[in-house]
Amino acid sequence: MVSSFKEVLNSGKFVITSEVAPPKGTNLEKTLHHIELLKDKVDAINVTDHQSSVMRFPSIGGCLAIKEMGGEPILQMTCRDRNRLALQAELLFASTRGINNVLCLTGDAVPVGDHKEAKGVFDLDSLQLLKTVRLMESGQDLGGNELDGAVEFCAGATVTPEAQPLEPQLIKFEKKIEAGAEFFQTQGIYDLDNFAKFMGHARQFPVKILAGIILLSSARMAKFMTANVPGIFVPQSMIDELAATPKEEMLNKGIEIAGRMIAALKKDSICDGVHIMAIGKEEVVPDILAAAGF
Amino acid sequence: MKAITRQKSFEEIKQQLDGFNRVFIIGCGTCTTMTKTGGIEQVLEMKSQLQKIDKLVSGWTVIPIACDEMSEVAMKENERAIQNSNCALIMSCALGVHRISTYIDRPVIPALDTMFIGVEDTPGYFREVCAQCGQCIIGETAGICPITACHKGLVNGPCGGTNNGKCEVDKEKDCAWTLIYERLKAQNRLDLMRKYQPPHNFQASPRPRTVKIS
Repeated sequence: MVSSFKEVLNSGKFVITSEVAPPKGTNLEKTLHHIELLKDKVDAINVTDHQSSVMRFPSIGGCLAIKEMGGEPILQMTCRDRNRLALQAELLFASTRGINNVLCLTGDAVPVGDHKEAKGVFDLDSLQLLKTVRLMESGQDLGGNELDGAVEFCAGATVTPEAQPLEPQLIKFEKKIEAGAEFFQTQGIYDLDNFAKFMGHARQFPVKILAGIILLSSARMAKFMTANVPGIFVPQSMIDELAATPKEEMLNKGIEIAGRMIAALKKDSICDGVHIMAIGKEEVVPDILAAAGF
Repeated sequence: MKAITRQKSFEEIKQQLDGFNRVFIIGCGTCTTMTKTGGIEQVLEMKSQLQKIDKLVSGWTVIPIACDEMSEVAMKENERAIQNSNCALIMSCALGVHRISTYIDRPVIPALDTMFIGVEDTPGYFREVCAQCGQCIIGETAGICPITACHKGLVNGPCGGTNNGKCEVDKEKDCAWTLIYERLKAQNRLDLMRKYQPPHNFQASPRPRTVKIS
């Protein structure tokens, strides 16, 4: 079954994806509310996989909920918690349940999360997981055995356009494309000139690039991310713009900035779409879209 | 090359010695002397700490190389004091503890945790450079093992946590893939970084690993 997300990706339309985080516990109320808010406003919704190595309800569970609610899920799969047997099993399961999009990630390191003594698995890496998806589509598994029923996925990956040094990141980006990535959702970007330069390089490859848009909810958050999150760089002018805003208006300013960036990316056809990460403030994603003119 | 060890907390040692009132202490003249975790000084310090909690130290020795078969001789030389103890508290790496356990009939208690096999980069600074995985790829990674030097053991390039040449897990630690990139670039061999590395064979030498040299 061809994923409807794949059709959108190839339609030439400016693609919009966003993401929801599953709960820590069995109370799905908030996650389901976010899915309800987003499912008709975006082309697909990612479900994070124990993001920041924090144990939660599984990504596949969130994806099933999206399917049940009539949305289009993107299954985020990291290599941190499962070996190659478990990863392949989950791909089989996802495929049988109409979850046809997968984002292949290496995964954050264990010590950044809330189970600091756990074993980081990393039996495969993001590239090898992409290759595994393509192998399983051909009807084989990693052990060289024949599958009784193959999978079919629209497979994606991530790239960090602001990584320093950049060249190793670009080499891995190209390896991911060779391994079978059809689309990329980038790490959060803020400097559109830098991003346009990255796109100048990326355009030569037959892949769709969705720029990562992380909502800035305060000047403090912008400063913190620039100082602490690898590959995130918020220009000083943007931090100043937030800092000059009264505290109670800061979130609205963040929404305005995100909307402005999305509009600019679309207007100048810099990339193929955006992936909006509101990080705990998913309820304002429709406002970001409105601010962007959608 | 040294076995890098760290002394267990005295609380844990005390717990392990519960029920053993007479203790024989064994140090090692090689790695743990060098790392100051099981040389003469540390053995004497342990002796005095044990005496403070009313343990009888029946004797002590620092074997030249605890993991070597010559340890059998050292155990014979100290036979009487060992017989006079309920257990041996061993301040060598786990290889030494294992070796000694085959020569004495007393329970062996490790006083140290064995961390890794390290090489000395600069005086006193030890680093793990090989995980003994049985499938060496450092010919393609400029002599730097990514299985060991990358926190996640990634073999196909840096992850998104690479941060200005440092690792997201510890800002003091270098990103292995930045180091590999810089060396390969200087050698004009960046094409090696573009090569796809297949999944690692974790059963290249299945555990427990043994070898017989004929």
